[in-house]
Order: sequence, then structure tokens, then C-alpha cells
Amino acid sequence: MRPLIHRRRDVQHRDPAPSKWAYRVQRLWLTPLFRSLLRVGLPAFLIVGGVGLYASDPANIRRVQDSVAEVRRSIEERPEFRVTLMSISGATPVLAEEIRATLSLDFPMSSFDLDLVSLRDRIEGIRAVASAELRIRSHGELAVAVVERRPAMVWQAREGLWVIDGTGQRVAPLLARPRLIDLPAISGDGANAAAGEALALFHAAQSLGDRLQGLVRVGERRWDVVLTEGPRILLPADNPVPTLDRVLALHDAQELLDRDVVRVDLRDADRTVLQLTPQAMAELRRMRALEETMGERNG
Amino acid sequence: MRMLYQSQRAMRAKRQEAMRRGVIAILDIGSYKTSCLVLRFASTDEMRPTDGVGAMAGQSSFRVIGAATTRSRGVKFGEIETVQETERAIRTAVQAAQKMANIRVDHVIVSFSGARPRSYGLVGEVSLQTGTVVEQDVARALAACEMPDIGEGREVLHAHPVNFALDHRSGLKDPRGHVGNRLSADMHMLTIEAHAIETLLYCVKRCDLELAGVASSPYTAGISSLVEDEQELGAACVDMGGGSTGVSIFIKKHMIYADTVRMGGDHVTSDISQGLQIPAGDAERIKTRFGGLVATGMDDRERIELESDTGDWEHDRRSISRAELIGVMRPRVEEILEEVRGIMEDAGFDHLPSQRIVLTGGGSQVPGLDQLASRILGNQVRLGRPLRVQGLPQSACGPAFSACVGLALFAAYPQDEWWDFEVPADKYPARSLRRAVRWFRDNW
Repeated sequence: MRPLIHRRRDVQHRDPAPSKWAYRVQRLWLTPLFRSLLRVGLPAFLIVGGVGLYASDPANIRRVQDSVAEVRRSIEERPEFRVTLMSISGATPVLAEEIRATLSLDFPMSSFDLDLVSLRDRIEGIRAVASAELRIRSHGELAVAVVERRPAMVWQAREGLWVIDGTGQRVAPLLARPRLIDLPAISGDGANAAAGEALALFHAAQSLGDRLQGLVRVGERRWDVVLTEGPRILLPADNPVPTLDRVLALHDAQELLDRDVVRVDLRDADRTVLQLTPQAMAELRRMRALEETMGERNG
Repeated sequence: MRMLYQSQRAMRAKRQEAMRRGVIAILDIGSYKTSCLVLRFASTDEMRPTDGVGAMAGQSSFRVIGAATTRSRGVKFGEIETVQETERAIRTAVQAAQKMANIRVDHVIVSFSGARPRSYGLVGEVSLQTGTVVEQDVARALAACEMPDIGEGREVLHAHPVNFALDHRSGLKDPRGHVGNRLSADMHMLTIEAHAIETLLYCVKRCDLELAGVASSPYTAGISSLVEDEQELGAACVDMGGGSTGVSIFIKKHMIYADTVRMGGDHVTSDISQGLQIPAGDAERIKTRFGGLVATGMDDRERIELESDTGDWEHDRRSISRAELIGVMRPRVEEILEEVRGIMEDAGFDHLPSQRIVLTGGGSQVPGLDQLASRILGNQVRLGRPLRVQGLPQSACGPAFSACVGLALFAAYPQDEWWDFEVPADKYPARSLRRAVRWFRDNW
């Protein structure tokens, strides 16, 4: 009888033995050196070779550079990175205008193109700016926070009149800021280097009021106080402020500065020297001679 | 003889090179299955032989990292019959083992059972020049053994020095350092037919492998399945394979006799196939599933269906009882065991102090074999399994793998053979001496 159950038979009974070449290939593949060569060496060789071949043509390099620049530009020009305006805080309108003129930025521009460090250096290059802080805020705002130098004195330098701040840094030429003419004045070479001392002297001499004309730096070492209608006070190099206080105390007691004195020389702390006017000197001599004759007569 | 000495030394050098590399393959070519193990050796330092038994019975230094077994093809009676088919079987086994080990092996040690092994006991005697025995004296004693007529077309497979005697003291394992006058050496030599080893060489070479050693599988089965004291006191190992049954006799940890019966499990299968008129594949299946050697009343009631697909109803719907199957199998197994007993009698097994018999090999898994064997061979019969080896998969732990495991042990701890000793200087051919003299003349 024919079998009723259909048994599917393998069409060909496959030989389980590997063919000679399959066997050899497997053995080759199991060789450690060959294996590492094929798994590491060959891909590395292909990559290096392919890149080298591609890079051997300068046109390809240029194309790659162009496309990289293109991608970079497309990212930089996105609205998220665009800077559209600059806000300046802490500066007077004049200074703000000067800062804008100095930076002369062409908005809108990408924040990638802004070199904040060099911009800050340029802003701090303006004399009137003590320090500046730059920051890119959201919505494309370049915020510049400026600390201005405060004008404290007028300095009569050789090259002209300068407005300087408390530390002696030049703020601006006086011609640019004519309104500041009323600031206390100093003069002499190196006067700005001792601006702090000058400020202390001005503070000490407040009682003199309008009589104080200014301070003169002598020999980059010490100060002369110049008064209108009064003697010139020569202060020592060391401790000028207490010395000035002493002079002012003398003035209060004996009205020294209202007398007929040309200069009050306090350079030597042990000895105060007064230079009288010639008339006063003549008067002094006359009085001394009178005293002598009176003495002889009495004697 | 000279050629063989050289080729055995070359194989030994290859084996040492493989040990240095750390990987060697073991190939057991049997009639029923071909199995391949890939061994990894720990390091050369640990390979140094130690006194006595080392850790883990001295097997801690290697580990099986790949194992594969495939059906043998083209092997009859343990000999290669069809070279191309055997080559395919070897390739299958080696490839699978390599894949499991994930490493390439170049050196292979092969064992096979066939080729009519024959044992010879040789004695060599020399008088010592100095009082103390040195290695050179051992080599001279071994070289002094008289070569028996081993017959045309036969080769020496093993030549083990098994015993040394110095004057009247016998039973020395290592005579070096002893003082005496005459040194005599007993050597056990195993010869096989030369064509078998040549065919094997050809086969292995065709598989791109290098032969690093050859061993006889009765010997390797004995190494792995006899325990220490059995090897020491005397025991026989009967390795019942597919095409042949190997017998090896051990005493004092040396094999002193080996022979094979050219019958095995395949013959039982063919008996079943012929007797019950079923295909050989079905016969093999029925043998392994229902086979037995001792019938009981229960076996009369157990029916075995003999399904086939010829189209003849009567033929396709036959069934036999298990007792009938046992009746077919038993005479053949008895015949094999009778032959084994004959070999043991020839070998003088009765005179050994201990007469332990260990049955191993795939054929020993037949239920009832131990009862039958104790009736034929003697009382002290047990079934043996190979020693446990690190990393050997569970599927390769059965008695069918005892020759394979033994070969691994043989690879790790080879016994001294005659060719491991240097040839004594006076045995060198005169030509090389002349060359040495000429070299001196040319250079001075």
C-alpha cells in the first residue's frame, strides 16, 4: 500500500562535512593575526586611503571648506544668534555717543562675530570709562554696562588743561567739557600722579573758600598752595595735610594769611619761615631802628 | 628503525612547540565516531613533571576549550579505509572544535585502535663504565635491546622502558644515580602495520594539520579509565569500540601488553540488522535504546516495534520482544569477550598480582555487560568511565570518550619512550663523525 501520510523528505541529504575551502577559510579566519588585520587593519587602511585619495585633489578640499563654512554661516545667521541693538547703561549721553562711535557696530549681526573681549578693551580705551562690562542678552541685545570716571579736578598740564578723576586718570580735555571749569585746579608735572593727596589738601583747605586758587606740584615732590591775595604756602613733601592744618590754625589765631606775607615756607618742619613783602620788611626795619633809639634814649 | 626514530623525535619536537604555543588538538579516530578536543595548556612552567601525583591528579595544567564529535566515515576496524571520507569526518570534527574554542589549531595528536597492534617485550643489558648510572647509560641500555623480527611492513608505535634492573635489583623506575655494574632495561614495544600510519599521516596532512604524535587507543583508554592503584597493581582495560575492541594491560603504571579484537559494536548492529531484517540505522537505534545482554521475564512482554516503509503490510508492522533482541546481541558480545579472554591468557594476565578488568568504550554501555563479562572474564570486572578533565563538556564525559580523554592526558604527560633518550654516541653513523673531524681540520 502506498503510504497515506506524506512524509516530506529532504531533496538532497547534505553532507555535514565542510568543503575543503570552507574549512581553510574558517581556519584562516581563526588565525589571530589575520583576524586583527581584517578587522582593524583593513578598515583603517580603507578609511585612510579613501580620505587621502579625496584630499589629494585641492578642489575637493576647497569644496569641503566651502560646505563647512556654509553650514557654519547658516547656523550663525539663525535669528536666535542675531544681535540687533546695543544698550548702554551707566554712561552720560555724551559718553554713550562716544562709545557708539568707537565701536561703530553694524547691526544686525551674529553673536558669533562679536568678540566681546576686544570690544570691552576698546570701550575701556576711552578715557572717560573706568570699566565696562559687555553681555549678550536674550532678544538680541548687546548690553554694555559702563562705570564712568568721575571728574574731580582740573589739571593744568604742559599739553593743555585736562579734567582728571580722583585717581589722577585723565577723563577728557577741559575744552571738551567746558562746564567743568569750576573744579579745583592743580598744575605742575606729575600733579595727576598725586591726585589723591591733592584731593585731601582741597578737603583740608575748605575753610579758605574762594581764596584757594589751586595747588602747584613742585618737582613732582611737594605741593604749593596758591591763594588769591595772600601768601603762597610751601608744604613739605611728607605729611602735607597736617602741616596745612597748622597753617590754617595759625590763620585762625593770628590771621596769618591776611598779613603782608609773600610766602609761608613750611618745608622744614622745625622752622617756619615767612617771607614778607618789601614794604613790610622796610616797616619792620624801621620799627626795629625806632625801638633801638628808644632804648638808647631810655638807657 | 632509524627513520622511525627520527620521525618520532620530529613529532615530539612538534608537540613541544605546540605546548609552547599553548594549544593542541586531540583527535580520536574511531570506527563509530571521530572526536576532537582542543586543549589549552596553562603555561610551560606548570608543565614541569613533579614527583608523584600533582594537583588534580596532574591535570590542572590543561583545559579543554573545544570539543566536537562527529560520525566516523570510511573507517573500518579502527583503520582508515576511505581516505577522502575520513578526511571529511576529521574536517567536520576539527572545524566544530575550533569554532567552539575560537582558536586555530595546527598541531594534532591522533589515536586509533586498529592496524593490528602487537606487543613485544625486549631486554637490553649493558655494563656500566662508571659506577653510577647516568642518562647516557639508560640510553645505551635501551639501544642494546635486541630488535625482534616485527615483520614486513610494520612500524613501532610505542617503545616504553617499563623496568630497569641493576645487578640483582629489579623493579627500578628510574635507575639514574644508582651504583652498580650491569644495567638492564625491559622495554615494551608496540608495533602496528605501517600502511595505517602512512594513511593517517596523509589524511592529517590533507586537513592542513601537523601530526604531533600518534598513540594507540587501547593504551590511551587505559590511561584515562584505570585509576591510580589499578595501574600500579595490575589491571586490564577493555575498550569496546565500534569496529574493534582494544585490550591493554597495565602494571606499575606502564602498559605491558596491548592487542585488539577486530570486533565491536558495529558487528552487534550488523547482527541485529541481518537477524531482524531492518536497516542498519534502525538497528543501531534499537540497539542503543532497547539493547541488553541479560534477559528477564519482563523482557518477554516488552515489545519493540520494527517500523519500516517498504509498502508490505506484514513486513512494516512487525514487532519483536526485547528478549529476542537480547538473544541476537548476546552471542556476538560473548564472542568478543571470549576473544578478549584469549588475549589475556596469551598475555599472561593470570600471573599479575591483581586481576582487575575495566570495561570502557561506547560498547560497554550495554545493560548487563558487567554480569556477562564477570561470567566470562572473571570476578573483578567493573565498568570504567574516563577521568574528569577540566572543561570537558558533559556530553563527552561518557565511557565512549575514554580513549579521547586518555589521549589528552597522554599529550599533557607523555610517558618516556625510547626516542626521548639521546642516541648513544657510538651508535651515530660514522659519516657524521667524519664530518666532525673534517670540520675540525678545516677550522684549525
